[in-house]
Amino acid sequence: MMASAISEVLNELELDALTELVNIGVSRAAFSLREMVGEQVHLSVPAVELVHRARAIEILEGREAGQLVAVHQVFEGDITGRALLIFPETKSLELVRAVTGGELSLEDIIELEQEALAETGNILLNGCLGTIANMLHRSLKMSLPEIIRGKGTELFSLAPPLEGGDVVMFLYINFTVRQRDISGYIVMLMDIPSLTVLKNLLSEFIERATDGMAS
Amino acid sequence: MAITVLIIDDSKLARIVAAKTLAALQPEWDRIEAGNAQEALDTLGKRKIDVAMIDFNMPEMDGLELAKEIRSIHPTMPIAVITANIQDEVIARAREVNATFVSKPLTEEGLRGFISGAALRLRSSAA
Repeated sequence: MMASAISEVLNELELDALTELVNIGVSRAAFSLREMVGEQVHLSVPAVELVHRARAIEILEGREAGQLVAVHQVFEGDITGRALLIFPETKSLELVRAVTGGELSLEDIIELEQEALAETGNILLNGCLGTIANMLHRSLKMSLPEIIRGKGTELFSLAPPLEGGDVVMFLYINFTVRQRDISGYIVMLMDIPSLTVLKNLLSEFIERATDGMAS
Repeated sequence: MAITVLIIDDSKLARIVAAKTLAALQPEWDRIEAGNAQEALDTLGKRKIDVAMIDFNMPEMDGLELAKEIRSIHPTMPIAVITANIQDEVIARAREVNATFVSKPLTEEGLRGFISGAALRLRSSAA
């Protein structure tokens, strides 16, 4: 497939349907995060773009110049790829403080950081991907969450590389907990074979969602 | 008297689903679509709209801000805010502007209560 054709893999309605699925998935996941931090979680309108990995790195680094921390999970099934919950490293302790209730000492928070991040990421990413998979009538197997640190380049170049070659799908949604000055991104990456499967699933979903209602 | 429903969602697919769901419940009602809040306000300025069904998460102005603005012009219009975002604050803000909270993904069952209530309110205000 030509590089220039990547943005055209999904047609307008398929891209629209994917954005809507992400929106529903993340909105539900935000409810779980809200329960954990006890404060409203604000979500941006999701942006879904089909781009090469280099462009995805450029977009992320253009928005966040500093060190980043990410919760990473691999999903496998008809579609295989990676999901990442990413935020600036400087916000990571604040997020841990928010989810642990703010009663703990700094030492305790630092000790709990890995675990609390993994748990938060697990809840958000599973909530989001689970909703999307259900609506596409497919199931996805999620790996255990793993914490990684670095810049966009490191986060988007994890080994082993995806089987189908270059990573092409990049979607992001910004979530913010205003009272806490916490914000981050949810990103999904997949290769071209998975994207082709996703295209078919989206087309089936659109068929169900539109014609199914008419009967 | 013909009833016209304005469906506002930035997703075309979501507008199709909303229109089909509504058609299944009230086939006689007219349906108009808007892709964002500004387009919705323009439509409201130009013609009679009886019911509004609004998506929450939209660029520029979100669905609750739009509901608030519509409410200030149309104090009794049945308004639904449709979203998968079930955080307490979102539901509370919908209540504040006297809008009905309807959850996404939209189903006939989920929309039925709002539509029955709207039909009743429109009948009684017409009487």
